[in-house]
Amino acid sequence: MAQYIFLTLAALSILTALGMVFSKNPVHSVLYLILTFFVIAGQYILLNAQFLAVVHIIVYAGAIMVLFLFVLMLLNLSKETEPQKSTTWKISACIAAGMLLVTMVGALRGGIQVNIPENASGKVGLVENLGMVLFTDFVVPFEIAGILFLAAMVGAVLVGKRDLQV
Amino acid sequence: MLETIRSIPIDYYVYYATVLFVIGVFGVLIRRNAIIVLMCIELMLNAVNLLLAAFSTYLSDAQGQIMVFFIMVVAAAEAAVGLGILVMIYRNTKSTDISLLDKLRN
Repeated sequence: MAQYIFLTLAALSILTALGMVFSKNPVHSVLYLILTFFVIAGQYILLNAQFLAVVHIIVYAGAIMVLFLFVLMLLNLSKETEPQKSTTWKISACIAAGMLLVTMVGALRGGIQVNIPENASGKVGLVENLGMVLFTDFVVPFEIAGILFLAAMVGAVLVGKRDLQV
Repeated sequence: MLETIRSIPIDYYVYYATVLFVIGVFGVLIRRNAIIVLMCIELMLNAVNLLLAAFSTYLSDAQGQIMVFFIMVVAAAEAAVGLGILVMIYRNTKSTDISLLDKLRN
């Protein structure tokens, strides 16, 4: 049962990701990527990483993609203004990406052995457990992430300012 | 929950994440619109996130999921700054075509 759900979600997300790459209209690309993110959130739920699934939807589908869509609307990009690469370039990109896929799959050919611990409870991904780890072992990285956000915010505001006087 | 772990081999997740990552790389290579290129980078980050979460669940170790959390933080910061730079570029060149941005070459 779980296997079928996994395969359905995987096929769906690969299809929407391909739709994102191939659609000519940038707005459709953004919408396809949002769909991909929702499907990936489904994968997280299948892994019982519930906190991650919720954060993923809030941060990616809710914040980042809305930012992308907003900028896209602001710049007024559409199908007509969409630049296209030459056919030669597209074919070589196909070959390069295919080679990367073949290399990576070839490197994994022997299979991966994971020793599932005996006391595995499947409760790692719940909020209670993750919160404990985040606020005990990972407090310092957590605070540094806050500083990173502050720096990114100041940077984005400064870059976006129209007439910058230094 | 444990039933999920036992019925899906970890290899499936590895191949799935590989395919998603390669689609992201492919998108970066064939698109010229800088916004789409940024979106493809987000897709690549997501492929890595998914693999980290899968291994975290399989090994019953929370550190992988904390790592995913931090990658999300970095992705959000990156998107904000990247789009800020993009809006600035658009103001100067009236386009988001990345092949116009070769001024450093000369």
